[in-house]
Amino acid sequence: MKIHEYQAKEILSKHEVKVPFGVVIDKVEDASKAYDEVSRFSNIVVVKAQIHAGGRGKGGGVKLARSKEQALDAVKSILGMQLVTHQTGPEGKKVLKVYLEQGINIAKEYYFSILLDRSLRKTIVMASAEGGMEIEEVAAHSPEKIIKIVVDPGIGLQMNQARELVYRLGLPSEAHKSAIKFFLSVYDVYMKEDCSLLEINPLILTKENEVLAGDCKITLDDNALFRHPDTAAYRDKTEEDPLELKASEYNLNYVKLDGNIGCMVNGAGLAMATMDVIKLAGAEPANFLDVGGGANVNTVKNGFEIILGDPNVKAIFVNIFGGIVRCDRVAQGIVEAAKSVNIKVPLMVRLKGTNAEEGKRILEQSGLRIIVANELTDATEKIPSLIK
Amino acid sequence: MSVLVDKNTRVVVQGITGKEGAFHTSQMIEYGTKVVAGVTPGKGGQKSEHGVPVFNTIKESIEKEGVNAAAIFVPPAFAADAILEGIFAEIPLIVCITEGIPVHDMLKVWSVLRNSKTRLIGPNCPGVISPGKCKIGIMPGFIHKEGSIGVVSRSGTLTYESVGQLTNLGFGQSTCIGIGGDPIIGTTHTDALQLLNEDPDTEAIVMIGEIGGTAEEEAAAWAKKNAKKPIVGFIAGQTAPPGKRMGHAGAIISGGMGTAKSKMDAMKEAGIHVCISPADIGSTVKRVLGK
Repeated sequence: MKIHEYQAKEILSKHEVKVPFGVVIDKVEDASKAYDEVSRFSNIVVVKAQIHAGGRGKGGGVKLARSKEQALDAVKSILGMQLVTHQTGPEGKKVLKVYLEQGINIAKEYYFSILLDRSLRKTIVMASAEGGMEIEEVAAHSPEKIIKIVVDPGIGLQMNQARELVYRLGLPSEAHKSAIKFFLSVYDVYMKEDCSLLEINPLILTKENEVLAGDCKITLDDNALFRHPDTAAYRDKTEEDPLELKASEYNLNYVKLDGNIGCMVNGAGLAMATMDVIKLAGAEPANFLDVGGGANVNTVKNGFEIILGDPNVKAIFVNIFGGIVRCDRVAQGIVEAAKSVNIKVPLMVRLKGTNAEEGKRILEQSGLRIIVANELTDATEKIPSLIK
Repeated sequence: MSVLVDKNTRVVVQGITGKEGAFHTSQMIEYGTKVVAGVTPGKGGQKSEHGVPVFNTIKESIEKEGVNAAAIFVPPAFAADAILEGIFAEIPLIVCITEGIPVHDMLKVWSVLRNSKTRLIGPNCPGVISPGKCKIGIMPGFIHKEGSIGVVSRSGTLTYESVGQLTNLGFGQSTCIGIGGDPIIGTTHTDALQLLNEDPDTEAIVMIGEIGGTAEEEAAAWAKKNAKKPIVGFIAGQTAPPGKRMGHAGAIISGGMGTAKSKMDAMKEAGIHVCISPADIGSTVKRVLGK
């Protein structure tokens, strides 16, 4: 789960990691009071759009204010704007919250992140003296400037590793103590809060030789949210695609795509493979939808509702390989769903595995207009005719 | 023959009295698997609904019933601890079906597992089956057939799809290993390929991967040097959009790897017979074996 910068910083300061002082608002009326609070700490106040995407500065979502008037102008221009960055897609994202933050006397900017290395099955700490830039750019142009430290999750980041970072980053000796404490504390946050990614970019070295988080991006492990009610509450539903949000309420795993053939599948691997089949047949998948191991009348009905909520869908392909899922139940689900959800587009169904024959019989006897496919090969052949 | 599980496998089910555990225990017993014990802390001394003795700890089940493999069906919040219990008891094989275990829990498990005597399959996997001999997991037994094709896959239903195609064409399977869809798993594609490569009765291997991580690339690099038998491969997610569910900074370490294309290219380069369409997995095995 992605969270906003201001939320990430709330988490950091809860664990005594230094961040600039800031106030988040969602109404222009609150800007004046927020400015008064923040400007007690600095003459310059930074006004930052809060959306789940990077590159906000380049898109005009971050502004410096040297007076209250400038701050109010910045809030007015940013709040409610449609912010386009390289991560939002061309349609951009509407800014519903802005963060007013204390300006910092920057001596130098660095990069720092903690993430999972799947192939080592360990945690990696990455840092670079090239702060403030996109780390992908640094990786592409000068990979030697990225420092990587492998951390054994059994024992965590050790003092000597934090020290190594400090030396290799070339931090001034006056900042060493504060930097080591900072790195160890941030690692602590990463572990204690079940983060899957924690990125501080830029990591700021102040003119007073202090180290603090200029920006912070945290991705939380969805599977661990059950033990973090505080951070689970950070979920911002306005950031989610409306259909994906609705699907998540139905406990369906749905990702909206740009094509016109909707698909409903059990299991993530087969769902991806079904999308591939649609593409190979010369069409484009409209979505990824995994109805999971408990597919029944309700899940099938909800699945159709979600798929048909996308106006681009011109046909639907249901592909079920019954293991735990019984094909006869899925077939009943399709028949029931067809009664309540008005399916006006061509529907192709393929049932394999547990009780597949019974399932096919139920579909045949239902009188519904369903195109039956037996194998993936004939499904592939029939796909083009669905959208003719 | 087969790898990992066979007629001599004696299984303990962790979570045997839970709904999922109880249901799949019935299915496994029906298939012929020797489920000889269950573990549910607090219910030691009872019998499960299948008449299987229940113990409080794994250690007891090993001492009393000579268990040599564990199947885990406990909820995600407790699954890592269940795996660790098996590792501490030095059980040779653990198959963890549970989906949704926090990544940090699995990192801790791995830091212990890698220096242990235990092999872990999964988590978040359909399990392992040596058709006609033993099934530990949730796959539908009836689609399988005893034979000489080894299967390794990160997915559940896509594995069934591949197995279904093989069986339809008359190709039975030696062992099918569902290694699991989580970022951190006990047995990787490479590990599974090694096992099947050494199995004298496995004639060819089907390797099913999907987008994310670099496990398939690593397995391809291994296969290029070591494979003694033909491998047929498929990667799911050729049409999946980038950025969904994949951490942005994670892409750096793999240096542009993790896409279906990168995996397929690496596999082709290693001499693996890569299918573009999942519909062609069975027929490609047939073509490669010249049967």
